[in-house]
Amino acid sequence: MIQKNSLFSRFLSNYGMLFILILLCVFFSIMTLSTQHPEGEKAARILFSELASRDKNAAILIVSKSSREDAAFSDTLQSLLKEAGYQSLEIVKGDPASVKNSLEKLANENASIDLIATTSNYAPAVSRIRENLPSLSSVSLLTPKSSKWPTFLLADNLMNVANQIVVIAIIAVGMTMVIITAGIDLSVGSLIALSAVVVTWLVGRSGGAGASFFIITLCSFAAILLCGCIGAFSGFMITRFRIPPFIATLGMMQVASGFAYIISRGKPIYDVPDTFVWLGRGKSPFLALPWAVLLMIVIYAIAHIIMTRTTLGRHIYAVGGNPEAARLSGVRVNRILLFVYITCGAMAGLGGIVTSSQLKSGAPTYGLMYELYVIASVVVGGTSLSGGEGKILGTLIGAFIIAVIQNGMNLTNVESYTQKVVLGFVILGAVLLDMLKKRGWRRRKKSA
Amino acid sequence: MNGIDKAFPGVQALTGVHLELFEGEVLALLGENGAGKSTLIKILSGVYQPDSGTISIQGNDPHIHNPIDAQAAGVAVIYQEFNLAPCLSARENIFLGREKTRSGFFSRNEESREALDLFSRMKVSINPETLCRDLTVAQQQITEIAKALHARGKILVMDEPSATLTTQEVRQLFAIIRDLKSQGIGVIYISHRLEEVFEIADRVMVMRDGRHIATKPVRELTRELLIEMMVGRKIENEFPKVPAAIGAERLIVKNMSREGAVKNISFSIRAGEILGIAGLVGAGRTELARLIFGADERDSGEILLDGKRVDIRSPLNAIRAGICLLTEDRKAQGLVLGLGARENFALPNLSHWARFMFINHKNEKKSFAGFVNNLKIKVAHEDQIVQTLSGGNQQKIVLAKWLEANSRVIIFDEPTRGIDVGAKYEIYQIMNELASQGKAILMISSELPEILGMCDRILVMHEGALSGEIANVSQASQEEILSLAMAKQA
Repeated sequence: MIQKNSLFSRFLSNYGMLFILILLCVFFSIMTLSTQHPEGEKAARILFSELASRDKNAAILIVSKSSREDAAFSDTLQSLLKEAGYQSLEIVKGDPASVKNSLEKLANENASIDLIATTSNYAPAVSRIRENLPSLSSVSLLTPKSSKWPTFLLADNLMNVANQIVVIAIIAVGMTMVIITAGIDLSVGSLIALSAVVVTWLVGRSGGAGASFFIITLCSFAAILLCGCIGAFSGFMITRFRIPPFIATLGMMQVASGFAYIISRGKPIYDVPDTFVWLGRGKSPFLALPWAVLLMIVIYAIAHIIMTRTTLGRHIYAVGGNPEAARLSGVRVNRILLFVYITCGAMAGLGGIVTSSQLKSGAPTYGLMYELYVIASVVVGGTSLSGGEGKILGTLIGAFIIAVIQNGMNLTNVESYTQKVVLGFVILGAVLLDMLKKRGWRRRKKSA
Repeated sequence: MNGIDKAFPGVQALTGVHLELFEGEVLALLGENGAGKSTLIKILSGVYQPDSGTISIQGNDPHIHNPIDAQAAGVAVIYQEFNLAPCLSARENIFLGREKTRSGFFSRNEESREALDLFSRMKVSINPETLCRDLTVAQQQITEIAKALHARGKILVMDEPSATLTTQEVRQLFAIIRDLKSQGIGVIYISHRLEEVFEIADRVMVMRDGRHIATKPVRELTRELLIEMMVGRKIENEFPKVPAAIGAERLIVKNMSREGAVKNISFSIRAGEILGIAGLVGAGRTELARLIFGADERDSGEILLDGKRVDIRSPLNAIRAGICLLTEDRKAQGLVLGLGARENFALPNLSHWARFMFINHKNEKKSFAGFVNNLKIKVAHEDQIVQTLSGGNQQKIVLAKWLEANSRVIIFDEPTRGIDVGAKYEIYQIMNELASQGKAILMISSELPEILGMCDRILVMHEGALSGEIANVSQASQEEILSLAMAKQA
């Protein structure tokens, strides 16, 4: 019985945050439940299935705006209908004014139209135009069926959440390791900027808009390497001269930010080829996840295995729990510390590459205050700032909690100033929870 | 204190405990770890509330609900970890919370005068303006006592006050305690060192499993009787020494030196031998052990293991060569307190179960389970956080960790400090077992009976150098060791 109890409490303490994440998702799903109007190809397919029962000889008019989504709707529907054997098709694209002109022309030509197909968003405007034209006023208007579904749970929105958090989540892997060793790395925000500036600057100097994919990869690795070296330098100052990590990385934060401004001369760099956005915006064949998100998943998997299954991971925990005892047990404490700061630096470098790829540019203003979001993710994920405990997957959950709250507040139209207040309290709440957990543990110890 | 009961969730910590302390006497409170001594003291000092029972001081019920009430009632407790602010001076610590003020400003001169007065009453000379972190442990303790005296304490509780003091400092402490007695202050003295109890206490109270076993005047007791009362059974032989077959020279240390700590020390240990190192605190024994283990950098010296020279520059080198060190301070140096028992056990041995960094958890668990069985380690489950284990079990975890590392030379630095009698006995047995396996054992201890009882040979250190060797332990006496340990002062 006691055993079971402790197992349950261990599960709660390990995965309590997952529970909160799920609650948040449920909450925002309910809050954002609304009528969803399908768009683009999807809308076309839905509309086509509604048309399936109709007479193949019906003359159909497809009306849409000329935006990309609507063009996709119109093109897909057209090809679907042609395939199905519909002969009489008319296509009208454009803003209400031009649609009105086209329809008037059609009405004047006495063209026979049995059906008007359009998107839900455009339907009211089209309907108004139609009513002003006597010959068309009796023609029925067909729109794709809309459905009730939470905006939060739309694939697009979920992808949005993942894209928003991917940079922070990647860096939080390195930060978790650093914080488990009872350290901290404040330089990651500046390293994002430095890495973004360096990679775009290097690409710009080696071909600019004409640079090959190979060159981009090479430049990316150079930027990551540079950030890793800066992490190594922080680690060196911390291990060799016993400078507190807070101070050492605070210094490097300024240095890295300064270099980013020097290299870019304070201006954003746009001189990159279109292929540059592959990492940040490109979709992978796997579940259509963006490559960056896939990369994040792979990094978390590797880090999780390192922390739970390897000697290196065990040593990181030991160094954080008691560096002297670890040293006297044969752990190379300085090497471990160096490793975590290099990893954190390199992860920040990678985060910078992803940022610059998402934004297709590099600017020294990127990553401002990101170190705080990264640290917040780690802490919300249950890693203790006093070192020795924490979980990589907890950090992933922590990062998603922050992303979901931000995204949810955007969807429910909470203004950005209020968002700051809420986020601040969320971080405080997470730390408070951690303290309460510990205090409960201490009480158990006393009774033993 | 009468009929004190206290239960914690799942544990009945105290059952009907009765404690009586007279003015001007020293009552020694004895019991194994977990016997309920600390809980009782914490109730007296207001940290815990009793479930039932009463406390009365000089006939009044003082209504102790929190530590401030206790202080007001005249109860002062000096814990093992002192409650001094390290960056404040001795004077500021004594008057902390009770500053002498004149129209809102504290008066340094008046405080200084009173502090000096308090110190001179104890016949010690401490500059009241010294920062506490610059005071020695003994001086800090005296500052704590002065603080208690200044608060007009009538009852002074001292929790293992001698654990970190040198022999001389303990004498000084005893002189102070006798002085306090003569002023009518009652002292409750908690210690694991039985010799001290016979020296300082008037009466002895023994607790076991949260119950009051007996309170007797010290002159009616013998050492054996006390141990029997504490453990609850007769221990035939406190030190179960079994001489092992002594083999060839295992470890040879030559000319080991480190500036300011260890001076040119050479010695050797044979396989199967237990070599004791005695000396006063600060004689450089721990420093010597750390040099052999590579924990500190040495200025000169070499180490030969089984006749071969080994280059030891770090603990990692030492572990790989087959030397291990059980540090005197388990909590600060021996264990990662926040990690589980198995993880601590595995820390230096991960390579045994790892293939290219990947740990085979199954083998690791199997190996740990073996040691839990052999050493009778009491853990609820293998991932129990070691902070929650008793001192004896913690020491066994450290021991298991080094046994798994298959060391040939094992250095024990104060192996039984803070460990109760029952667990001590088990650790002695393990030492015998190791010696019989042909390991070379170096034991540093401040407890002379333990050194005399367990070792085949004893080295004595004084101010960083060897001051003597006792080859025939069975004929040696504590006085002989002490005179060697204090060689140059005597």
